Amino acid sequence: MRRVMLFVPLVVALVVGILLASGIGKDPSELESALIGKPVPEFNLENLREPGEMLDQSLFRGEVSLLNVWAEWCPACWDEHEDLMWLANEKGVRIIGLNYKDQKENAFRFLGRLGDPYQTIIFDPRGTLGFDLGVYGAPETFVIDARGVVLYRHVGVVNERVWEEILLPVMNQAKGNS
Amino acid sequence: MRFMPVILAVLMVFALPAHAEAPPEFYDFDTQAEEQRFRNLIAELRCPKCQNQNIADSNAPISKDMRDQVYLMMQAGATNDEIVGSLVDRFGEFVKYKPPVDRRTIVLWAFPAIAVFGGLLIVAGVVLRSRGRDSNGPALSPEEKARVEQMLADKDQSSRS
Repeated sequence: MRRVMLFVPLVVALVVGILLASGIGKDPSELESALIGKPVPEFNLENLREPGEMLDQSLFRGEVSLLNVWAEWCPACWDEHEDLMWLANEKGVRIIGLNYKDQKENAFRFLGRLGDPYQTIIFDPRGTLGFDLGVYGAPETFVIDARGVVLYRHVGVVNERVWEEILLPVMNQAKGNS
Repeated sequence: MRFMPVILAVLMVFALPAHAEAPPEFYDFDTQAEEQRFRNLIAELRCPKCQNQNIADSNAPISKDMRDQVYLMMQAGATNDEIVGSLVDRFGEFVKYKPPVDRRTIVLWAFPAIAVFGGLLIVAGVVLRSRGRDSNGPALSPEEKARVEQMLADKDQSSRS
């Protein structure tokens, strides 16, 4: 009996060790969106490219899309833009842009320099739709199915690896949904 | 000297308190109690960007948006639960520093009690066992007792000499 008790610390150390080791490499700054499984919040915002034309949540009906939250002032957005161009041009992904807390002239300068992968761009200068989406740092990318329901939210840059491993499987699932 | 009023006006603008835009002084409340309520609310809401700060301390733009939301909802007469709920709907349970007790968090909440209870059990076990050894330990036989006394007496003598 007493011999067996000697192994208790070892067992405790192993259990705690395994528990802690499983947490290594997880990024605590990536939060699951509270909107998953819910429809895109209602909004009524201007189309960046067509001044005066108002857009709303029906923009997301009928086709699976990526919603990419970006701004000219966001350094990581410059970083991921090339990959968004690749997704739009090579993979034919429908990307909706949400220009977040930006100024029009800056946004156009950004697109002029790097290219424009967006099917439509929602202009959200005060960040109201961003707030309703729970955006806490651009860039963020949402996968939205053809019913306009949020399936996934990725915080940080999109690149080839993120696309292959994370976004593409969710996109395929989204296509199955509709 | 004609420009004196202009210069004064410019100086007065710069003389405004530097922290005027820093919350929560920025928000205006009718009563002290309302202001206290606001301070309590923003102290227990967590900034999703800078994860170890509440939205009262954080300078992140998102914290400012969240404080604005708290303020506007308070002005519109919302209850604390409604305000916290509206932020949880957008940003998730993460923004609450006090997580609710439910199936996912029960281990978290129960762990301190489990640890204290387990510790008490171990202490109780150790104490009981050592006590049991005292009372049940084999007593000395009369011969052994005599030997011990003999040895002690010898030692006394040797130390005296």
